[in-house]
Amino acid sequence: MSALLELKGVTRRFGGLAAVSGVDVTVGRGELIGLIGPNGAGKTTLVNVITGVHPATSGTVRFDGEDITAFKPFQVARRGIARTFQIVQPFPEMTVTENVAAAAVFAGAVRYGSEANAEALQHLRFVGLAEMADKRAASLTLAMRKRLEFAKGLAMRPKLLLLDEVNAGLNATEVDHALSLIRAIAARGITILIIEHLMKVVLSLCTRIVVLHHGDLIASDTPQRIVKDTRVIQAYLGRRYADAESAGANG
Amino acid sequence: MRSSALLAAALLALVALLPLSGDAYWLRLGTTMLMYGVLAMSWNFIGGMAGYPSFASAAFFGLGAYAGAVAQKFGVPMGLAWVCAGGAALAFAALLGLALLRLRGHYFAIASLVVAEVLRELVNSATDLTGGGMGLNLPVPHDATVASQAQFFFYSMLGLAAITFTAMLLTTHSKLGFGLRCIQQNEAAADMLGVNTTLYKVAAFMLSGAFAGAAGALYASWVHYIEPPDVFDVLYSIKAIVMVLLGGAGSVFGPLFGAAIFLSLEELVWRNYLQVHTGVLGLMIVLLVLFLPKGVFARAVPRTRKKP
Repeated sequence: MSALLELKGVTRRFGGLAAVSGVDVTVGRGELIGLIGPNGAGKTTLVNVITGVHPATSGTVRFDGEDITAFKPFQVARRGIARTFQIVQPFPEMTVTENVAAAAVFAGAVRYGSEANAEALQHLRFVGLAEMADKRAASLTLAMRKRLEFAKGLAMRPKLLLLDEVNAGLNATEVDHALSLIRAIAARGITILIIEHLMKVVLSLCTRIVVLHHGDLIASDTPQRIVKDTRVIQAYLGRRYADAESAGANG
Repeated sequence: MRSSALLAAALLALVALLPLSGDAYWLRLGTTMLMYGVLAMSWNFIGGMAGYPSFASAAFFGLGAYAGAVAQKFGVPMGLAWVCAGGAALAFAALLGLALLRLRGHYFAIASLVVAEVLRELVNSATDLTGGGMGLNLPVPHDATVASQAQFFFYSMLGLAAITFTAMLLTTHSKLGFGLRCIQQNEAAADMLGVNTTLYKVAAFMLSGAFAGAAGALYASWVHYIEPPDVFDVLYSIKAIVMVLLGGAGSVFGPLFGAAIFLSLEELVWRNYLQVHTGVLGLMIVLLVLFLPKGVFARAVPRTRKKP
């Protein structure tokens, strides 16, 4: 079986700055893969390249056997890539149900009307927001809005779900709830690529982790090996710490 | 919702019965109100539903007026000429939308404002076809009295208003309307959710253009004579927006109520303050928009007061 998502030599420039340069990443079906890197490493840019918000300057993005490099965001969404935003993006004056129904109608090809509402409610139950179904999205707390993003993502009936810092700003209990949700989604057979700052989250969830630094891909390995990788430690903590660490390991 | 539906039905019944009064003044006022209603509803497609502050109503209105007049000049029957005018404005809106709807917010507003000016200059210089600055006369039927003419155009405008209202109602409760609401709330998020935003915005703009254009064509036939500064008047754009704001943006009956209120204000002010009527009207609009931004029917009392 071929890979679900395949990035080859993906570069995205903003003027003279290469926010992402020459990145090769392959995501297999059913993987739960983590994308980490220090601030400004190009993680969100990479997601924007995949989803067509900022198309790649060079290189190709293949998804499910199709070249989607030049696709517009709405086309990417309809092909089966859903993404949640680092800063949540609900339709504030619509109800929670309508927010999810919109995803079902426009990306999931569900008929507008009661059919879409029924499907929306099903996803809201799954993420634990059913009792808020008729409330305005603007009235939700941050943790609830993050769960709403999950429900919207699922309603798009995706093959690949891109989670951009879904745990930022959540407290420990809320993070645990989000973790169990992510596991439940993965168990449904949806491939997940998760961008995350919290190492606890990535290490406990992911089968593989890729690391970006200054727009370059510097590592791609299992969580156990990633935490010992010299280049990764260098990127996060600086050269001196990495040297000390490897000296300690050798000595 | 129910009470506003009843109010709207009462208003419509009152307006529809106007011809029975036999008073030419009231009939003219009624026809104007219906025309304003069509303009307000047509603006609602792009301005209310999609949230794009269009100032293109005057361009569509004028284009429709001239398209209808020129078609009649070449022997097209009046009714068919109105349909042609609506179609011409629809096609024009499609092309214009593909170019202008890439812009957002103020940029879109300014760009759409210029369109009427450009069309006015074009019509001014195309003297052979449009009569240029001398204006264009439309055929007057020989066998009709003034009174029967007035009644005919009143009912024609009523018909157009009914069609526009139906189209608006259908759009609101359709996938198109749902997508437009998503765009109005958060366009980037709508795009990521699979809404073909360009297509939806252009569709809304086309609907807006078609009905404003048809209103222009009816107006031209009604007054029998049009000239560029009259039909490409930027006030048509501004009035359309103000009427929707008055009646309450986002409600189905808002544009119609707004048209009724606006026309009443315009008429009262014009009659009583002939010298400074535009100034007084402007002041009233500013006050209304400042203090009742959700329309005159929005609850002025804060909701929290109702709770015990």
